[in-house]
Amino acid sequence: MSKAKVARKSTLIDMTAMSDVTVLLLTFFMLTSTFVKKEPVQVTTPGSVSEIKIPDTNILQILIDPSGKVFLSLDKQEDMVNTLNAVGDTLGVTFTPAELKNFKIQKTFGVPMKSMKAFLALKAEKQDAILKDYGIPTDSTDNQFKVWIKAARATNSELRIAIKADSKTPYKVIKDVMTSLQDLRENRYNLITSLKVESAK
Amino acid sequence: MAELQVKEGGGKKKGGSKQKKISVHVDFTPMVDMNMLLITFFMLCTSLSKPQTMEINMPSNDPKVTQDDKVKVKASEAITLVLSGGDSIFYYTGLPDYKDYNSLKLSSYKPDGIRSLLMKRNADAVAQISVLKQKKLELKISSEDFKTQVSKIKEGKGTPVVIIKASDRATYKNLIDALDEMQICSVGKYVIDKITPGELFLLKNRESKGALSQNSAK
Repeated sequence: MSKAKVARKSTLIDMTAMSDVTVLLLTFFMLTSTFVKKEPVQVTTPGSVSEIKIPDTNILQILIDPSGKVFLSLDKQEDMVNTLNAVGDTLGVTFTPAELKNFKIQKTFGVPMKSMKAFLALKAEKQDAILKDYGIPTDSTDNQFKVWIKAARATNSELRIAIKADSKTPYKVIKDVMTSLQDLRENRYNLITSLKVESAK
Repeated sequence: MAELQVKEGGGKKKGGSKQKKISVHVDFTPMVDMNMLLITFFMLCTSLSKPQTMEINMPSNDPKVTQDDKVKVKASEAITLVLSGGDSIFYYTGLPDYKDYNSLKLSSYKPDGIRSLLMKRNADAVAQISVLKQKKLELKISSEDFKTQVSKIKEGKGTPVVIIKASDRATYKNLIDALDEMQICSVGKYVIDKITPGELFLLKNRESKGALSQNSAK
């Protein structure tokens, strides 16, 4: 700070106004935005003219990547734990509290049941690295996907199912998922798309 | 605002109090730096827009539903879209004609393709809905009224029933595009169904014949 006795023009710029602006911007971003969920695979959703927004809570998201791997995500942690327990019961796997705790913090999950225990024992960085190589089996011989959906529905009856698939995903995979959902009488669900600007007449 | 003038001995004149007039500047630069960092963080790690969704109702494949319970569609109202690989879309109206390969017509996702066909078939409903939209814009009807009336029009008689069948080679984008056309053309009655061997035969038939007569279908 200048303590010059002589009257000298100070070159200090008053940052107060700038600070005001940035704080305002910050507040805006904090209030309007939602955090991007960490997803194991990059998915580009196809565009549509639909303008319905997806609700915030009680969403069971089915993520399908271009090669047909299926992942799930739930937005409530207690639902996740209950679902994992139910699925474990059905498929004959029991989990320790430590494993449940580890599972609870997963953002997206999609590991076949037989490798679930080994997966949960890994460190978080390792999990991120290998999760994209897994995926929940959806074929007719070992349809664990159905078991997951059934368990999730049993824990939370208000769940809305949303399918988020890459635009290049072959229809064959989508068909498998949709058939599985139909078998469980889940006939209403949402397809997540991105906004396409088009002059709709 | 960022300056605080601390005057000591306010009553004194200019004379000897030059040094006692201390101005306390608060430097806001680090604050701005920090805020900028935070803003950058929020801009990169969050998404502003919520994703769009379309809601669909699938038919139940409950084995208890017998053939008699199923909704029969008039052949004159039915349009079947067959989505195939390479972003191609075929359609036939009414019942499939297995003998004539030309009954399966090639169309496209472009505005002059399947959309113009559906617009033509659904002209009444499209016209009524655009009138309603205009009314809504002029605030003559509430949005609830608008919704109920639109769904009434969409369910009305004479509107086409579209059956969307996708082959394994079609992509998810094709399906969404087809569903999108339903929305654009105000088609209320549409269903996604599994492709039958009959449709696959039609596709193959068309492809082979098309190749012969140089009208390549792909």
